Amino acid sequence: MRGPLWGGYLRIVCGYCADVPDRAAKKGIEMGITLIAFYVFALTAVASALLVVLSRNPVHSVLWLILTFFSASAMFVLMGAEYLAMLLAIVYVGAVAVLFLFVVMMLDVDFAELKSGMQNYMLIGLLIGAVLLSELSLLYGHWVVASEAGSLLQSPTPALADAHNTVALGQIIYTDYIYLFQISGMILLVAMIGAIVLTLRHRGDVKRQNIVEQMHRDPSETMAVVNVKSGQGL
Amino acid sequence: MISVEHYLVVGALLFVIGIFGIFLNRKNVIVILMSIELMLLAVNINMVAFSTHLNDLTGQVFALFILTVAAAEAAIGLAILVCFFRVRGTIAVEDINVMKG
Repeated sequence: MRGPLWGGYLRIVCGYCADVPDRAAKKGIEMGITLIAFYVFALTAVASALLVVLSRNPVHSVLWLILTFFSASAMFVLMGAEYLAMLLAIVYVGAVAVLFLFVVMMLDVDFAELKSGMQNYMLIGLLIGAVLLSELSLLYGHWVVASEAGSLLQSPTPALADAHNTVALGQIIYTDYIYLFQISGMILLVAMIGAIVLTLRHRGDVKRQNIVEQMHRDPSETMAVVNVKSGQGL
Repeated sequence: MISVEHYLVVGALLFVIGIFGIFLNRKNVIVILMSIELMLLAVNINMVAFSTHLNDLTGQVFALFILTVAAAEAAIGLAILVCFFRVRGTIAVEDINVMKG
């Protein structure tokens, strides 16, 4: 939620803002709409996250997960992290959630049976959730930003006029964080190889073409002329 | 102006829902993996919220790497799940006791 870029989106979204002559009033309307948008997306995210956990059918769970990711991505846009918002929509919704959907539909599992003991764990789950939430809220009620925090910035966000979010991120990822970037690429490569190695299987009951074996066949080994006496078999 | 606390509260709620989901769906590995994704999403929301609040892009860079690792983790987790299903014919967590750990 910063600066003129987001304001520009808003002005496109609410055309009537242009009719308000007073600058302060315009700002107020923008803030109000931002707040409404935040609450809508936050409530959607939390509600759909609850439905991920509670729904009986895992396919529905995955679909609610997709809605959660979309709402979170919208909240990232509100925070001014456009690049991460797009990444969340592409990587999480486009790849991870679809992978989940694929696996859920591929496995022939009786999900009703898996859900059977859910009520037994409801109480302890709620208890632990409540304890954790109260701890977190105690923390959030009493934190302050350290006074020297402003001087400890690793890579200050450049002004929006100089570089927008994606450019600014690119400028530091490929310079300051190049080793981390390379390592994350390596992690993805290892994950890809690992997933392939884990799921690849050579089935014994199907004939597969072995090209090397085929090319090294020798006519003298594969064919023999045999004199068969009449009235007798081989 | 939306303060950083708003986003922290959303992050905390999502994280707690993730933990709640792990307890609630103790038999179903797929939903447990989805709950872990929810928790990682909550962490990412916190990272980005503080990044915006402190005007420091480092938070967003870290959120990017968390995203990468989460994607790798989901891929490997689901691959192991498919493997396990082929061997045992079930994905119930209680049946994962081959190693008697």
